[in-house]
Amino acid sequence: MRTDWLAHSVLCAGVLLFALPVWLVLAGSTQPADAIARGELSLVPDLRGLGIYADVLRAGGPGVTPLWRMLLVSFGMALAIALGKIVISVLSAYAVAFFRWPGRTLAFWVIFLTLMLPVEVRIIPTYSVMAGLGLINSFTGLTLPLIASATATLLFRQVFLAVPDELVEAARMDGAGPLRFLRDILLPVSAPNLAALFVILFVYGWNQYLWPLLVATDPRLDTVVIGIVKMIGSEAQTEWNRVMAAAVLALLPPVAVVLLMQRWFVKGLAEGDK
Amino acid sequence: MATLELHGVEKRFGPASILAGIDLALADGEMLVIVGASGCGKSTLLRLVAGLETPSAGRIVLDQRDITQLDPAARDIAMVFQNYALYPHMSVFDNMAYALRIRGLSRNEIAAQVQATAELLGIGALLARKPRQLSGGQRQRVAMGRAIVRSPKLFLFDEPLSNLDAKLRVQMRAEIRRLQRRLGVTSLYVTHDQVEAMTLGDRLLVLEGGRAAQLATPMEVFARPATVYVAGFIGAPAMNFLPAALLPGGAVQLSGGQVVAVPGAVGSPGAVTLGVRPEHVSLADGGIPLAVELVEPLGSETLVHGRMADGTALLAKLPGAAPVGDQVAVALAPDALHLFDAASGRRL
Repeated sequence: MRTDWLAHSVLCAGVLLFALPVWLVLAGSTQPADAIARGELSLVPDLRGLGIYADVLRAGGPGVTPLWRMLLVSFGMALAIALGKIVISVLSAYAVAFFRWPGRTLAFWVIFLTLMLPVEVRIIPTYSVMAGLGLINSFTGLTLPLIASATATLLFRQVFLAVPDELVEAARMDGAGPLRFLRDILLPVSAPNLAALFVILFVYGWNQYLWPLLVATDPRLDTVVIGIVKMIGSEAQTEWNRVMAAAVLALLPPVAVVLLMQRWFVKGLAEGDK
Repeated sequence: MATLELHGVEKRFGPASILAGIDLALADGEMLVIVGASGCGKSTLLRLVAGLETPSAGRIVLDQRDITQLDPAARDIAMVFQNYALYPHMSVFDNMAYALRIRGLSRNEIAAQVQATAELLGIGALLARKPRQLSGGQRQRVAMGRAIVRSPKLFLFDEPLSNLDAKLRVQMRAEIRRLQRRLGVTSLYVTHDQVEAMTLGDRLLVLEGGRAAQLATPMEVFARPATVYVAGFIGAPAMNFLPAALLPGGAVQLSGGQVVAVPGAVGSPGAVTLGVRPEHVSLADGGIPLAVELVEPLGSETLVHGRMADGTALLAKLPGAAPVGDQVAVALAPDALHLFDAASGRRL
């Protein structure tokens, strides 16, 4: 019993550590801006202040576009990055895992090297390339450089290598060509991995800050992460309840994606016949 | 339905020779069992015919058409894999229908053919299930169904029963044989199980180290094994091998000194290996003395493990529950003895 009590108290402390800040933001968003500015932040939400959410969504805040617009840009960007990366990774992993061609090993290592060059490392040359292509201040410019890395190639290569040879051979005997095999057998078999990776990549895309800050100065391309930062003006003027409401709203789509996809890939894992 | 011919088929992986000069001809509807210990190249031979590997030399001819360089899909050959290789995300119906869909058959044709094949195999009630919801025997049937539904020219079986328990294996063995006879499809069947080989094949090909050690009917292989390897592989319990010296005039002298008459034995005097199956060893007063080490009563027969005076092991299979003491004398049936050259292992 004593060990149980100890374990549970540690767990509870952990939960508090993570949940309290979120709760603080949630409670704070409903309270008057001047009260927060005076440091009188109550832990009890003021239900009368809930209207701020509708207001933030519709009107945004000082110096930014309405939040629904920024959420839409973020959602589009995260979706494009996640899907784009998956398409590139699946195709490149398919090539290195299933086909023998000259330069295969070299290609794999070149792909592998890009893992060591995240956006932040190559940000200046990438910006220069995007500027040269005239893609500054465009949705393409916002997403393309973040797609063009093979983060997931390694993972998919391992997933594909674990597919039994007999399955590949059975499909060959059945007359399935390479693209047909990819579509009919390989992708459905890898579905749980696809779902798990989609979640990770979506959240990665959603949380991008540095690159959108550089490449998109047009307010119409502001993501919600950029928008929140823009709403924090000079200390005195910041309407903290608006910022907090925006933060809560920015939290919802990734949480929704995690919850929805989690159901799906846990189901996929549980149905696997291992 | 078709004939299959292999002409001098070889396979090398780098410097290692896996198969050397295999010649074969299968008649229409024949079932040939390829048997051998693991690593003898039997699976490779099957994969060459399937088109999953390309031979280093030689030609493969199916129904008078050279298919050596053809893609597996273009060969019209179906294969049943050891682990079944069912598509895990597809229902039984979809598993069986997949090849037909790729061929572009209409929805109605596919449904009719899958249904008919499923009835034939007794899996009509399972069509909506996924492979993971099936037992081992049912998966096996689905794998067979996937091969049958295409009505291919040739069936390939790659140790299809090795993942089943003993009882189911006996049952499926008989069923495979019945189906193959009924459908009349030319078949190649790979196994390391000599009982499967004996019961399933019209003919056996015994492979040893990538070479054909013997190609004959099961009874011929059993009665007149071509080499010591074949003799030891076919038949259970395995044949006894006794070192001996060939004497002029149809007799051999065992290393223990006893002289055994071998009717019709010819050849130059020298070292030989005398082969005798355990069932051809009987108790006989005044025979070869045998020190009994272990007695295994199996009910219908009794296995007696013993040693002769010079230390050579000998296994006898005696009918019924034979009472056996510590010391017995045995005789070897003269008309059931096999003589092999001691050096080359070939039958004399």
